[in-house]
Amino acid sequence: MLVLSTNDVTKSFGGLTAVNQFSFDVPEGKIYSVIGPNGAGKTTFFNCITGFYEFDGGKIEFMGEMLNGKSTDQITRLGVSRTYQNIRLFSNMTAVENILVGHHPHFKTYWFEALIPTKRILQEEAEALEEALHLLNFVGLKGLGDQLACNLPYGAQRRLEIARALANRPKLLLLDEPTAGMNPNETVEMIEFIQRLRDELGITILLIEHDMKVVMSISENIGVMDFGTKIAEGTPKEIQRNPQVIEAYLGRGAADG
Amino acid sequence: MQRRLKDINFLDVVLWILRAVIIGAVIWGSIATIIENPYPINTWVETIIAGVAQGSLYALIAIGYTLVYGVLFMINFAHGEFFMAGILTATIFLAQPWGKSGFLNQHPLIGLAIITILSITISVGIALLTERVAYRPLRKAPRLVPLITAIGASFFWQYFFRGLFGSDVKGFPQLEILTGKISVFGILVLKTHAVVIVSAVLMLIGLYIFVMKTKVGKSIRAVAEDKDVAALMGIDVDRAITITFATGAAMAGIAGVLYALVFRQVHFFMGFIPGIKAFTAAVLGGIGSIPGAALGGLLLGMFESVGPGLFLEGLGIPAPHQLKDVIAFTLLVLILILRPQGILGERISKEKA
Amino acid sequence: MIDNKTYSLKDIIKTGLLSGLIALSLSVIGFITLLNKRELVAGILSLGHVFLFSPLIAFAYLSAVRIKDEGKYKILGSGFLIGILTSIPLLILALIEHFYDIRQFLVNVSPDLMEILLFNQGIVAGSIILMLGMGLVGLLAAGLQTLPENIRGPITYALTWTLLIGTFSEILSGRLRSFFGPQFVKIIFVRKALNPLVAGILLLFFAGLEINTQKRKKRDDVKRPWKNLDPRIKNGLGMLLLLLLPLVLGTYLTEVVNNVGLYVLMGLGLNIVVGFAGLLDLGYVAFFAIGAYVMGILTTQGHLGFVSMSFWTALPFSVGAATLAGIMLGIPVLRMRGDYLAIVTLGFGEIIRILALSDMLKNQFGGAQGILQIPKPNIAGFDLVKPEFLFYVILLGVLLALFVSWRLRDSRLGRQWMAMREDEDVAEAMGINLVSTKLLAFATGAAFSGLAGAIFASKLTSIFPHSFNLIVSINVLCLIIVGGLGSLPGVVVGALILVGLPELLREFAEYRMLMYGALLIVMMLLMPEGFIPSEVSKRELHAHEIQD
Repeated sequence: MLVLSTNDVTKSFGGLTAVNQFSFDVPEGKIYSVIGPNGAGKTTFFNCITGFYEFDGGKIEFMGEMLNGKSTDQITRLGVSRTYQNIRLFSNMTAVENILVGHHPHFKTYWFEALIPTKRILQEEAEALEEALHLLNFVGLKGLGDQLACNLPYGAQRRLEIARALANRPKLLLLDEPTAGMNPNETVEMIEFIQRLRDELGITILLIEHDMKVVMSISENIGVMDFGTKIAEGTPKEIQRNPQVIEAYLGRGAADG
Repeated sequence: MQRRLKDINFLDVVLWILRAVIIGAVIWGSIATIIENPYPINTWVETIIAGVAQGSLYALIAIGYTLVYGVLFMINFAHGEFFMAGILTATIFLAQPWGKSGFLNQHPLIGLAIITILSITISVGIALLTERVAYRPLRKAPRLVPLITAIGASFFWQYFFRGLFGSDVKGFPQLEILTGKISVFGILVLKTHAVVIVSAVLMLIGLYIFVMKTKVGKSIRAVAEDKDVAALMGIDVDRAITITFATGAAMAGIAGVLYALVFRQVHFFMGFIPGIKAFTAAVLGGIGSIPGAALGGLLLGMFESVGPGLFLEGLGIPAPHQLKDVIAFTLLVLILILRPQGILGERISKEKA
Repeated sequence: MIDNKTYSLKDIIKTGLLSGLIALSLSVIGFITLLNKRELVAGILSLGHVFLFSPLIAFAYLSAVRIKDEGKYKILGSGFLIGILTSIPLLILALIEHFYDIRQFLVNVSPDLMEILLFNQGIVAGSIILMLGMGLVGLLAAGLQTLPENIRGPITYALTWTLLIGTFSEILSGRLRSFFGPQFVKIIFVRKALNPLVAGILLLFFAGLEINTQKRKKRDDVKRPWKNLDPRIKNGLGMLLLLLLPLVLGTYLTEVVNNVGLYVLMGLGLNIVVGFAGLLDLGYVAFFAIGAYVMGILTTQGHLGFVSMSFWTALPFSVGAATLAGIMLGIPVLRMRGDYLAIVTLGFGEIIRILALSDMLKNQFGGAQGILQIPKPNIAGFDLVKPEFLFYVILLGVLLALFVSWRLRDSRLGRQWMAMREDEDVAEAMGINLVSTKLLAFATGAAFSGLAGAIFASKLTSIFPHSFNLIVSINVLCLIIVGGLGSLPGVVVGALILVGLPELLREFAEYRMLMYGALLIVMMLLMPEGFIPSEVSKRELHAHEIQD
């Protein structure tokens, strides 16, 4: 089954077409990477999927449901979570609070029940906290729950951001350059961690990445983007041999010579 | 079509209805007034010119908001007080004694020039003092913080000057050469209005040249674009910011003199409402843009002046002139819903807004 | 901030002149003259003196701290010099005034002020006294720094408390009279000020008290009997104290507390909007006005009334109308951020006031004449006329608002608000519906304000548009900032300082806004997180320091 399927998605800013008729499919349980040179339109494409941008043409389907015209919060509620290239945590809230905000779509009680404290809401809060602590543990931040997000070290912030995204119990997780700014050791840990996410939690992962080593080692499928269009798609092996990709990365003429 | 309909959510619908109601009321009121035709054409012309004069004043004050916002991204809430401080001091120390002794009518040009210089000096002095004490130490603080000190500074200066000069309304002496009307292309215009409009236009053009062409102006624009990069390029950021405040305050000082010429009275509270209006004008035109401030000021002045008679009278509202501030603020809300960046403004990125 | 490297003579001169300019400013705006009317110690010291000398004392002490390692004589000398320099601007003022009438320009340079500055002496003798007096005070203030802590502590403690008691002696004497009778009061107070002898005794008493505490601290046996108490008993005792408060305070003070209570109520509402949700609302008074007007129209027995409901029946309508207005204002500003939001809400507040004032709605809202003959709340046929009774109504409202704020803050809605305050876009990507979250903040805030307005209308029995101007919004904003944004106890403390204190010091009324302005600036510069910081805002407002 396809988790995500896009068809001719187009988005332009003024005269510049950032994403041009982009189509691809992500099957369930796969790790799919979108790669491309700087400014190829990858993050814009992410923003179209999550509803940050209203795209101009084409359609996006998630688990068979149209995402066109849906707002960001509605899309999140369907089970799409994301992280950001430049970490965007709620920096003045604690780690646990961050995760609890991520858990938001799964609260079933009404806000005013907090005033009466019903049994239902107390139980729900307790469960949410338990799940948050469990997630914290899962991403390897056990014991740091009461730290402010802004006081955590860089790598921990990346992990916390993923934990926050997981709190939504997503079916699809969009990771925007999760290893950016990491040293080789941290990068290796992150790769293992992303694979664990898929293997243990069964989450489909869509990845934007710059680091070719990361992409080649964990992706099952790769889509290559240049100037907003898809120039190639396939397994890591196929992509490595594709002349168009080499050209896009190394400059025109490199493939011929 | 199907897709477009789905895109429109509840919020858009409400906002559309709001716009439609306001615009509908304006059109309905205007048509009713035109049919009824309660005023002769001369009255309308006078109202429009008064509006332009008022708008010129707003534009001059709005420059201060727009420049500071452009550079520091803060609302300098105390700017209206800079406007008040200069002319109030100049009235007490110069205009009133000279009015009594008759000096002002014997040498009106020299007198006005000195009054203007004092007004500018005080306005700029107060502005720089405020910047140094209340804004500069907080440049890296969250945005709410300098806004709060600005509100604090605004009240501080109001009541400081009230303590200094008393709370009563001070008369500004009447100048003989500025009484009566002159004919411009066959239209009779109050001389004071003519002076205000001409001076404002000259000042705005001068300012535009200053900011766009001179080296100092370029450094201001560079700082507005990116403080860190400007500093790397060897621009003294603090100095550029100081000049920005001084320029805005100088405009306010001149606006103060023009205000006194038209309304012939000054008091400690006079800066507050014009300050808010001028900020509104700056937002209307697109904050950060100098032509925007001019256009916004003009538009606001016109709407305030013509609006009550044109839209509201036709709707059968008694004493519509009481509601001119309502028109001003409604205009602001309407513009911000339609074009959040103002009429001539660039879209301010999310980090800045 | 304190730079120990070089603190030269030039800096001392600068400090002295700065302190002199501040003292001069306080004098020429009439502040000193006005405060001089409040005597602290009969015949010896007035509040005017305190404020005339306070810049000097502060600056002399601070500069002594800066050069504390440079030997006693230099410290004392610098204090003396700063004192002399402080007197110079004042002397210049006195001299000019003596030879040339500057009162025609500066209304507050009055003969009274000259008397204070020159200590009722002639220009020559007075100048010398002022100069030497200032020098001496500067010397003492600097000298205070050189004393060891166990002497300095008791002195400052004793002075502070004695001056405080002196400041509030009018109110204290009133309260003591009603408990102990006029004879007792006459011993302690002379003409609403402390008897000099009593002041001396108080000084000794407080100094002794502080010495005693210091000794205890050294031996580590500070008694804190309330520390080990069961929290339920503590709350119960607190509640009981609150209930008995009107009996202790008497009518006038209860009235003051009632005003504070109304501002606490508004502050709690604005705290949700600004402190929790981060939406800067400068038109908050609009909801207060709507609550008051709806209460007025529904209950008035004057000619504007048409239903004459009772207070309790009308109350839900008032709160409901304010809440609705909160939502209606919220919708057009949903997509505006930061400064734009501030200015549009400010405009909304003005629109409401102008509409209430206008002739257009005169038949409904009474125009400038307002609404009269609003009845007081009534319980079982008994009108709650006295402030002592209204106190309980307000207390109930405040407790309710406190409870709601507290519960919501720690619930999922509170987290939604804070997430939105931190980063709107990401909050939305967490599945938070920004529209409903923002509207809930506006609505809750407006509801509290509407409740305050309804009680306000009933308390005053008449309302006028002028009671609802921008100053109220600014007051409320100030008090939550002074208390600490986002902090619930901070709201109470902020209201006590900004609303309660000025009511007790009625002379301040004219300079209230001046003090507010100065306070806002000083607070933001020195302690942006407020007196009682909430955990969160403390981190946020200092975040820039960490980054640097």
